[in-house]
Amino acid sequence: MGKVEILRAGPLASVQDLGRAERREGIPSGGALDLFAARVANLLVGNPEETALLEITLGGLRLRFGDHRAVAWCGGVFPARIAEMEFSAGRPTFVRRGEEVEFDPPTRGCRAWLAIAGGVDVPVVLGSRSTDLRSGFGGCEGRALRDGDCLSLAKTSIAKTESPRPAPWSAPLQWTQTAERVPILRFLRGSEWDEFVPEAQIALLRQPFTVSAQSNRMGARLEGPKLKRTNDWELSSEAVVPGTVQVAHDGQPILLLGDCQTIGGYPKIAHVITVDLAKAAQLRPNDTVRFEEVTLAEAGTLFTERENDLRRFRVGLALRRV
Amino acid sequence: MTTEILPLGDSALIVRVGDSLGDILTVAQKLEAAQLPGVVEVVPAFASVAVFLQSPESLESCAASVPAVLRRRGPLARTTHALRSIEVPVCYDPEFALDLEAVAQHCAISPNEVAMRHAGGRYQVRCVGFTPGFPYLSGLPAALATPRRATPRTSVPAGSVAIGGGQTGIYPLRSPGGWNIIGRTPLRLFDLTRQPAALFAPGDRLRFVVISREEFGRWEK
Repeated sequence: MGKVEILRAGPLASVQDLGRAERREGIPSGGALDLFAARVANLLVGNPEETALLEITLGGLRLRFGDHRAVAWCGGVFPARIAEMEFSAGRPTFVRRGEEVEFDPPTRGCRAWLAIAGGVDVPVVLGSRSTDLRSGFGGCEGRALRDGDCLSLAKTSIAKTESPRPAPWSAPLQWTQTAERVPILRFLRGSEWDEFVPEAQIALLRQPFTVSAQSNRMGARLEGPKLKRTNDWELSSEAVVPGTVQVAHDGQPILLLGDCQTIGGYPKIAHVITVDLAKAAQLRPNDTVRFEEVTLAEAGTLFTERENDLRRFRVGLALRRV
Repeated sequence: MTTEILPLGDSALIVRVGDSLGDILTVAQKLEAAQLPGVVEVVPAFASVAVFLQSPESLESCAASVPAVLRRRGPLARTTHALRSIEVPVCYDPEFALDLEAVAQHCAISPNEVAMRHAGGRYQVRCVGFTPGFPYLSGLPAALATPRRATPRTSVPAGSVAIGGGQTGIYPLRSPGGWNIIGRTPLRLFDLTRQPAALFAPGDRLRFVVISREEFGRWEK
């Protein structure tokens, strides 16, 4: 069995997969904050889409591999290297035994997902290998990776070390480089949209918001025009999901991400659509973000188109491996 | 029972049911039993049931099927659930009850009286959320209602029994929290070695039983 050593963990790196379905017990869905990027990265190295991989936050990560492995990553704009050679996003590359893989801080965006052929072999907890950092379970001992950690890698077919490095092909750029200068997040109206004053609705549609430093895997706090409600009724807590934009008592929106709690009592002004959670996962403090309203039908079409593209990509990959 | 079906983003639905726990559990059970295509999870909350979907592709058909599912005659809330009744030992010792004094002052009764009235209540789990295994309980005597702390604590010890507004609950894991802590239970509310890991489920009936500091120590062993 192979292994990978974490020589330097950086600000926050953790083991993630596609998350859990245990909300009934109050457990966040979790998993990679950009599930689509994690699926693509896994496909690139020949893994099933749900294989456990590494989520890298703001770079600063250095790894050393114990055997030959194919690796690939998707996410923000990170300068990355394998044995001092450029390691670009979306391009599967072989790393040889003893070689180091390094991620510098991103020039744009916040997170990257690094898939390793075979996958990170940590125990399955409540149906997933993802790390729940807040409650401290899953992944590597329920915590972020530390300098000196050593992760086991699951068995994989032997990497073809004679293959060209990097591969002469890559995944579509819009899947592998998801950070934008001023991302526009498309949204659906939330159930309390009508309870906000017209100025608040217009502000969400037209004004930029800034990502606050108080942001994490649970959510991105945004700062901008105060979003006022027409009343101050206490709401009965109900389900929230990654993408929900809730407005706290101070009138500032919070965009919930993968590790968000399962229920919440703040009014929901909007929901960022599933395909744009990729952009939401790249927000880092001081970034500017804008919102644009779409219909439920448009959100569905965008999702279906992306899935169809992924299906074609998968067929292409299978042909390449024959 | 009047219901309202709303999308929750593009991959989930909220079925608002009103705040009768019986209605909520019945709706949750019918939706679960229907096994609608694309449904990943059905989760009850205070006055609604959420239906989580695999993807936006199932949203329209699921929303269209829900009214018929709700009209179905079915068994009422799981009988096993309706009968489940759990005793929760609580130590109201000052060592654990960090806000007992504050609650007593707010309610204009003695700390001991707060503990006695709290332990004398009959509670029911309305929903599980906030953190893994956290039970929101209904049944808090109105005289004990106390607003949340102005500044939440960054770290509340596991097992803390607390009052937040008109509700009471128990923190299963060490976590941040803004409720007033009035005691602690030695029970493990969330235990990964158990199946399910969460001790409580919506509909469970619950009674608090006062234990001393010494008994608490014995429980821990």
